[in-house]
Amino acid sequence: MRSKTVDSDILIIGGGMAGCGAAWEARYWARNAKIVLVEKANVDRSGAVAMGLSAINTYMGMRWQENTPEDFVNYVKNDLMGIIREDLVYDVARHVDSTVHLFEEWGLPIMKDKNGRYLREGKWQIMIHGESYKAIVAEAAKKAASEVYNRVMITHLVKDANNKRIAGAVGFNVRDGTFYFFRSKAVILSAGGGSQIYRPRSTREGAGRTWYPHWASGSSYGLLIEAGATMTMMEARFTVPRYKDGYGPVGAWQLLLKAKQTNALGQDAWQLHREEIRKLYNGKLGYADAPITPTNLRVLANLMELKAGRGPIYMHTEKVLTPENEELGWEDFLDMTISQALVWASQNVDPMKEPSEILPSEPYVMGSHATECGGWASGPSDISSGITNEDRGKSYFWGYNRMSTIDGLFLAGDACGASPHKFSSGSFTEGRIAAKSAAKYLMDHSDESIQVDNEVVEQMRRKIYEPTERYERKKYEITAGIVSPDMMWYDQGLARLQKLMDEYAAGWGSWYTTNEAMLQTGLKLLRMLKEDFINYSVAENYHQLLRTWELWHRILTAESVIIHMLYRKETRWPGYYTRADYPALDDENWRVFVNSRYDSKTQSWEVFTVPVIDLVTRR
Amino acid sequence: MPTFVDASKCVGCGDCVDICPSDIMHFDRKTRKTYNIEPDACWECLNCAKVCGRQAVGVRGYADFVPMGAFISVIRDDRRNVISWTIRYRNGTEKEFNFPIRTTPWGSIKPPSEYPERKIGEDEELSLEPEKLYVNSLPTVKVRANEKQNS
Repeated sequence: MRSKTVDSDILIIGGGMAGCGAAWEARYWARNAKIVLVEKANVDRSGAVAMGLSAINTYMGMRWQENTPEDFVNYVKNDLMGIIREDLVYDVARHVDSTVHLFEEWGLPIMKDKNGRYLREGKWQIMIHGESYKAIVAEAAKKAASEVYNRVMITHLVKDANNKRIAGAVGFNVRDGTFYFFRSKAVILSAGGGSQIYRPRSTREGAGRTWYPHWASGSSYGLLIEAGATMTMMEARFTVPRYKDGYGPVGAWQLLLKAKQTNALGQDAWQLHREEIRKLYNGKLGYADAPITPTNLRVLANLMELKAGRGPIYMHTEKVLTPENEELGWEDFLDMTISQALVWASQNVDPMKEPSEILPSEPYVMGSHATECGGWASGPSDISSGITNEDRGKSYFWGYNRMSTIDGLFLAGDACGASPHKFSSGSFTEGRIAAKSAAKYLMDHSDESIQVDNEVVEQMRRKIYEPTERYERKKYEITAGIVSPDMMWYDQGLARLQKLMDEYAAGWGSWYTTNEAMLQTGLKLLRMLKEDFINYSVAENYHQLLRTWELWHRILTAESVIIHMLYRKETRWPGYYTRADYPALDDENWRVFVNSRYDSKTQSWEVFTVPVIDLVTRR
Repeated sequence: MPTFVDASKCVGCGDCVDICPSDIMHFDRKTRKTYNIEPDACWECLNCAKVCGRQAVGVRGYADFVPMGAFISVIRDDRRNVISWTIRYRNGTEKEFNFPIRTTPWGSIKPPSEYPERKIGEDEELSLEPEKLYVNSLPTVKVRANEKQNS
């Protein structure tokens, strides 16, 4: 097997929106640094924006006094039911406009209203012609990075010989199998969120049609967990209401075209259940009474109607769509969810004549959309510096903005937790924030030499290829096929993971409901899957090896999700999941972060809470 | 299969193999043409179809919920910077749409290294800020003294 060692000053893992933002900003501040970007696909079309987008969901419009970063923090805090790092959310909001202005300068077509301002989809969102959004942003990143390695999957982070700081990462080329050791003085992790951890509603051939793409393999979390970084809010796995089967986006339909959702009887689920929901979930801060109802509470109202047998939930496109605005509706799908257009065409659905079904999706583990799973990070010095603790896992600040609890390792996009509602523009922005910080770290530590234990790297190399070597040893034990008592292929392991998460950790198949006993059973089965992965996983080629290591990252992500769900003894986001043994929201005891650390040697978890400090809204 | 490759049109150039975000467009060793090796890991992003200069990649909707007979075809012109879609319904209805994809030529982005160099200070400003914010200064929050304490 060919091996390559690549040295860099700043290594960026994952070339999605956050990674591209990191590359751009790193070059701006560190002109002579060697900046290396590693991507398991092709940066031109990778990450969650690979297909394109029809809107930018985070734009303040400060130049037109449309919103302030404080307004945004208030909104996001309420949407997440009171638990966010206000310092991190504020920080993204105050910078995000400059990111969007750069995008427009680079050539992203942004729709305008009659006054020449960006056309608003909603209070925070603007409409774009975004088919080439990712390709444009990637052009900027490619011009900024010293080297881009496409088709290289990172499997493990590497720490220095004293286990004190980050030293790089290892992985392999998914096409030719070459082993890579990237040795770097600073690392920015932006490897995306987690899809396909829970059983998708789609089956068999359609299983790839999930809302967040198949390639979102929870790698940010898998890498961080195994390296022992402090994680936060992994229990906040969430679901999105989308057009049934195709997962078409609903934002433009609701906010811009003003289409309403009803049950089969034409009733508004939120109006039907509002009082009932207020009683359990209004909390001390009045979440249900806010001007914009939290996403998860609206999902809950729809779920209650579905359970009562008054489904389906319809989006009434037929009441708002006309020949004049039809094109806007179709572009919304064609820019970002082509499958939905195909569902309509194949089922002869005329959206001007009939409504379409809306259904909550399978859960996703993410940190960039309307939720906040991820690594625990230090905040900006001007806001967070007063909130310190000897234990970084309980502190809001330890010197470098967006640095994880591991020295020299920075977080952006889905990797950075407690920092929700970034979406595409905010993820790029957080990449920029992390990269400026990494450049500063590089400057401050220029005289440090990094000692790496070569034996540790060699062990990782051997581990990466174990599944392919096991296959070569075992393949002759069976005549043909994929049934063997000694071998587990990635898709077999993935099916087990998705089934147990769905049934025990509040997937759609259990109506997003769980309890202590169910979670404990899920954890037991998950740990057996983890053992089986180590002892039986096989890969016939490098493509399967890619899928195998994606499965490992998904397994670690899933374990942290269950550990966190077990720890939080309340129901905080009832539309996302209900702990049936603690069905109410409990602001008295649980308006806190749940944080955790994993010890890969003993395979044990330390879980603890950290106070939520309202640094911006000052309640 | 969600995407499939037309055997009479594919010349085996590999552009779809190069772009696929899911790593599922591969060469067939015998025919040296490409095909979708893992349809159940296909997101139908159609990047393979968009890059194919010979219109050899098509999409047949997912077998588990898409009835047969409809189709979508796409031509992405990166010189005129327009994407053209044709949607044909199962019942024969056709729709055509053209959307802009970019307002500037490809390759025209000015790299960050061509902007005046700036030293990292103690401030929180990112590249090209505050100018690029189109407001006077980067907003900040006054944290009250009594909140500046250990958590």
